[in-house]
This record gives sequence, structure tokens and C-alpha cells, in this order.
Amino acid sequence: MDLQVEIKGGTLLARLAGEIDLAAADTLRSSLENELDRNPGVRHIVVNLGGVKYIDSSGLGVLLGRYRRLSREGGGMFIVGAAPQVRKIFQMSGLLGIMREFSNEAEAMDHAG
Amino acid sequence: MEPVNRMRVEFTSLPANVAFARVAAAAFASQLDFTLNDLEEIKVAVSEAVTNAIVHGYENRSDGTVVMSVEIRKNHLEIVVEDSGKGIEDLEKALQPAYSTDPERMGLGFAFMQSFSDSLRVESSPNAGTRVTMTKACNRAISSRRDTEVPF
Repeated sequence: MDLQVEIKGGTLLARLAGEIDLAAADTLRSSLENELDRNPGVRHIVVNLGGVKYIDSSGLGVLLGRYRRLSREGGGMFIVGAAPQVRKIFQMSGLLGIMREFSNEAEAMDHAG
Repeated sequence: MEPVNRMRVEFTSLPANVAFARVAAAAFASQLDFTLNDLEEIKVAVSEAVTNAIVHGYENRSDGTVVMSVEIRKNHLEIVVEDSGKGIEDLEKALQPAYSTDPERMGLGFAFMQSFSDSLRVESSPNAGTRVTMTKACNRAISSRRDTEVPF
């Protein structure tokens, strides 16, 4: 699993790559939590899933946990770039109902504002 | 029905072995003429079963053993994932979608296993362990080596 983050205004852009399963979950969780702790002005996260080859419920759980943290403060999470098999997992989990999907990173970042 | 081919692996209850298990199961399953989409679904189903064994069965301890056996039976695959962990007290509740004892988890493990297989059977005894059996049919039956051999 690889994670690259950028902070732009009140939005954290997280570019994820690799396989997001139980083995990656703790690292991903603590990395995102640390970024949110260090940057209290962040209200939204844009997750670029372009490099993600595999995700299962362990990975989704980490994202849902961070979404819950942001949504308590009125923020949200947006996703872009999901490959078909990754998108299917998001769709089946119901997460697409709470995490809006954009066709590219720029659009998602604009929306997050 | 007698299996055409079978494999059995046992491994330590470590998160790193979730990927090993799903890749091994999908590689073995590819002897049947599954589509790439089917193989992706098999990977998710196996990952969820092994993750449950590690996270719930062994409560994230790394001293447990997970056993995975996969059988090819003419036109379908049978996957069994077993642990000897704490077992499930209330199986009916555990099988409900979105039920989870951990706020960081979605409770979708069994839902994904069910969605990505044709049948799912869960047997569990408290303090003895859990055995998950999944089957998945392949639209095209296996071609045995004998069938595909080209005569000299």
C-alpha cells in the first residue's frame, strides 16, 4: 500500500495505491489520523483510488471511520479514479451513497473547495 | 462429487497472509475457466473469510493457525476457511449485514462472502472455532489434461 498526501486549503488529497486489506488498514488509519490531527483546518478528504488494485471491507472500514470523523464537523469524503472492481466494492458496501464520486481529481478538489 | 483437484494450506494468523490466501485461492481457481471478474470475486470472498478468522477468531493474535482448503469439483469450486479461535456466540446476528463488534469495521465480511459466492455455510462453536464453506460455479467445466492432450 502506498499513500501520498497533499493539503490544499481545507482539503486533504490522499492518493492511494496498491492493495488495501487488513495488512494495510492500520498504517492507512494512523497515517490519515495523523494528517487530520496535524491539520485541524481540514474538513474534507478527496481519495484518489487510481492506483488501488484491490480493496476489501478492511480498507472500506478505515475510510468510513475517517468519513465519520469529518462528517461530525460538517465535512465529507469524495472519491475519484476507482477501477471497476474497486468501484464495485464501494457500490456494494453502500459507501457511494455517502461519498460522492467524481470523474477526476480536479473536479473533486473544486467541489470540496 | 469427487474432487478433480484439491489444495490445502495452513498459515499463521497474520494480516500479511490475507493477500497470500486470496492470491493462492485465485491461482488455484484459475484451473477452471473462471472469468477475471469471477477471480476478483473469489479473492474478495477469501480475504473476508481469512480476515474474519484473524480479527474475530483469534482477536488479532498472531499465534493462531488458519487452514484454507480449495477443491475443484468438475464445474465448481469449494473453498473452506477454518480457524480454531474463539468462535461466534450468536451466528444469526453475526450474519446480519452491517453487524460488527468493532466500530472501525463495516460488518460486511459475510455480506461480501455471500454476494461473491453461490453458497455460504458458516459453522461455529464458541471456544472451538469457525469453519466457512463457500462454493462458486464456473460456467464452463474444467478441461482435464487428458481431454486437451494432443496425440503425437
